[in-house]
Amino acid sequence: MILQRKDVLGLEDLSAEEILGTLDIAGRFRAVFDRPVRSVPIMRGRTVVNFFHEPSTRTRISFELAEKRLSADIVNFSTVDSSFKKGETLRDTAENLAAMKIDMLVIRHSSSGAARYLAEVLKCSVINAGDGAHEHPTQGLLDIMTMRQRLGDLRGRKVTIIGDIAHSRVARSNIWGLTKLGAEVTLCGPPTMVPGALAKLGEHVKVEHDLKRAVADADVLNVLRIQLERGAGKAFPGNREYHRMYGITGDVVRGLKPEAFIMHPGPMNRDVEIASEVADGPRQVILDQVANGVAVRMALIYLLSGGDPGALAGGAQ
Amino acid sequence: MEWSWERIPAEYLVTDVFVCRQGKVGKRKGFLHVKRGRVEGLGVGAPTLEGVPVLDGGGLVLAPGFVDLHVHFREPGGEEKETVASGSRAAAAGGFTSVVTMPNTDPAIDNAGMVRYLIQRGNEAGLVRVFPTGAVSPGRRGEGMCEFGAMVEAGAVGFTDDGSPVRDGSLMSGALKYAGHLGVPVITHAEDTTITGGGCMHAGYWSARLGLAGMPRAGEDAAVFRDIELARAAGGHLHVAHVSTKGAVEIIRRAKAEGVRVTAEATPHHFSLDHARCRDFSPLFKMSPPLREPDDVNAVAEGLADGTIDCIATDHAPHTATEKEYQFDQAPFGVVGLETAFAVGVTYLVRTGVLDLGGLVACLAERPARVLNLPAGGLDEGGEADFVLLDPEQEWTVQAADLRSRSRNSAYLGETLRGRVKATFLRGRLTWRDRLGVQE
Ligand SMILES: [Zn+2]
Repeated sequence: MILQRKDVLGLEDLSAEEILGTLDIAGRFRAVFDRPVRSVPIMRGRTVVNFFHEPSTRTRISFELAEKRLSADIVNFSTVDSSFKKGETLRDTAENLAAMKIDMLVIRHSSSGAARYLAEVLKCSVINAGDGAHEHPTQGLLDIMTMRQRLGDLRGRKVTIIGDIAHSRVARSNIWGLTKLGAEVTLCGPPTMVPGALAKLGEHVKVEHDLKRAVADADVLNVLRIQLERGAGKAFPGNREYHRMYGITGDVVRGLKPEAFIMHPGPMNRDVEIASEVADGPRQVILDQVANGVAVRMALIYLLSGGDPGALAGGAQ
Repeated sequence: MEWSWERIPAEYLVTDVFVCRQGKVGKRKGFLHVKRGRVEGLGVGAPTLEGVPVLDGGGLVLAPGFVDLHVHFREPGGEEKETVASGSRAAAAGGFTSVVTMPNTDPAIDNAGMVRYLIQRGNEAGLVRVFPTGAVSPGRRGEGMCEFGAMVEAGAVGFTDDGSPVRDGSLMSGALKYAGHLGVPVITHAEDTTITGGGCMHAGYWSARLGLAGMPRAGEDAAVFRDIELARAAGGHLHVAHVSTKGAVEIIRRAKAEGVRVTAEATPHHFSLDHARCRDFSPLFKMSPPLREPDDVNAVAEGLADGTIDCIATDHAPHTATEKEYQFDQAPFGVVGLETAFAVGVTYLVRTGVLDLGGLVACLAERPARVLNLPAGGLDEGGEADFVLLDPEQEWTVQAADLRSRSRNSAYLGETLRGRVKATFLRGRLTWRDRLGVQE
């Protein structure tokens, strides 16, 4: 068994073997994409619920596509357009879900810890699609998959994550996953967005507020989306200032190691955290990330539902 | 006449006990003689009194009934969480014979009639002396002052907008002066919410790791500093509620040395637990002020040991199960504490060598009573017979079903603690007898 668990709540919980095993399966699914028939009947007759308590288009579509390609029955609901009203506790929601006899739950929630809570009270598997500022494990896995496709083994590789790390679940999942695989992680942004305490997350995690120094010997830049609505002017003075201090511009890119590349979890704020010339330039791998996202989610759903990697080897290759 | 637990006689002797008073546990066994609710005599040995029933204490410790300066009984307006009656039952089970209630009810305790009402509800329950505090400002809105004079006459023992700080510094200054001349303190919930606003746990390693918004120590330190400087200038009595940071302990220590009239309390959770408890996102560890870092926990314990912090107060804050089932960031602040206070003290202060048993009892009885000048917390000849029987060695595991409070949101559920309150007496009458582990 590659995943010895009921749920995937964060990369903090996964071992290096589990991460690599999952990425191996994701790689095999990725190969399926290039075939004329892109779905496999692995999840036929099983029901997956996508519960989104927070607006999200990209992650939800990616999960849905992964579920469809595995031939699962899919139920979508979000608190925005359902009778799951404000004031109802997550336990009420969970009991409703349990009564529906579902096989798997994908949850996106604005509160850190929400996925874990549901995993404890539900018998079915739970996949965390992002909880508050805590973790976003499928994004972490797809980022790592994208890095490994270009760099191979990540041991000793230098990954710099730039942005509002304090409020970023993407950053936390990246930090846990990358350090488990032996990479060195540098966190960069203004002190208001990158608390020094984060350096204590691992021996090979460091905080560097100066962008030039942070990217000098980086193999990868993972550029996070800046939440325009956050901070109300207290975390940074404004978009123009952010772009000047931390924006990934053509000049920044020209100073990188020649083979270094740029990632972004999307959606981008052009000319805030990333200049258009970089976003559209040759060094970014954003579309690979999107494709890998579907493959990683297929792999997790497949493995959590008890899929046998051996069987897949024959079917998918 | 024989001793009977079922019908407590008007006059009786408690013998075979170690009497604990004024910070010291007697080296030799002693006795307490109770007559018509008062202490008729106490001392070492065991006198023979013709016809007076004897309760054999079996080597337990006999101490003054405990005094809690900080409880939320939620009445009126929050009866689903706690009432004066249910809170009194929890208090008695924790060894408390006097409690000071916080005024953040709905409506708030902001006039003399409400103060009288609460005292009356306490008398009806009859298990614990209820001393209400009043709100500083009408409706706790932070604008203008309540009628402190009329409320003190009705029985209010202090003023506070607890739950929230008094943001307006000039209101705080006026309240300190005005309450000071009436002989009662202003109790500060010291928090600069412009620093802590939006936070749900201590700002530090764990908030960074868990992705939860933090409440920096500076929010408490700055507010304690402001209120102490206001008290220094006003000359009134400032009491600092639930001290949780090493910075606040240091500021209070220095102010006391300089002669400012400031007293302080600390909760059992702040001298026993740190922010790592939040690691599983359980709202049972969500309080305001929040659980802090190990060096804060140690500083609070040291503050109790050297008298910088005058006493232990529980900040007993009941919440229904439903409220605590919200996600960590959505859940309300606060935990119950009356029924575990003594055991947490024994486990985390006595067994660690910070205080001896006598010192712990003083922090729960004499010292809090002295802070608010309450007629409670002592055991003296001619005084009222409020006392407890304690087993400082008994181990027990905290279980929701055993709690007397209407709410079960304890931070110690499942934890094995040492030290048990075996019986509580108010004015010589039994208010609690421990049945844990007794086959009935
Ligand atoms: Zn308070």
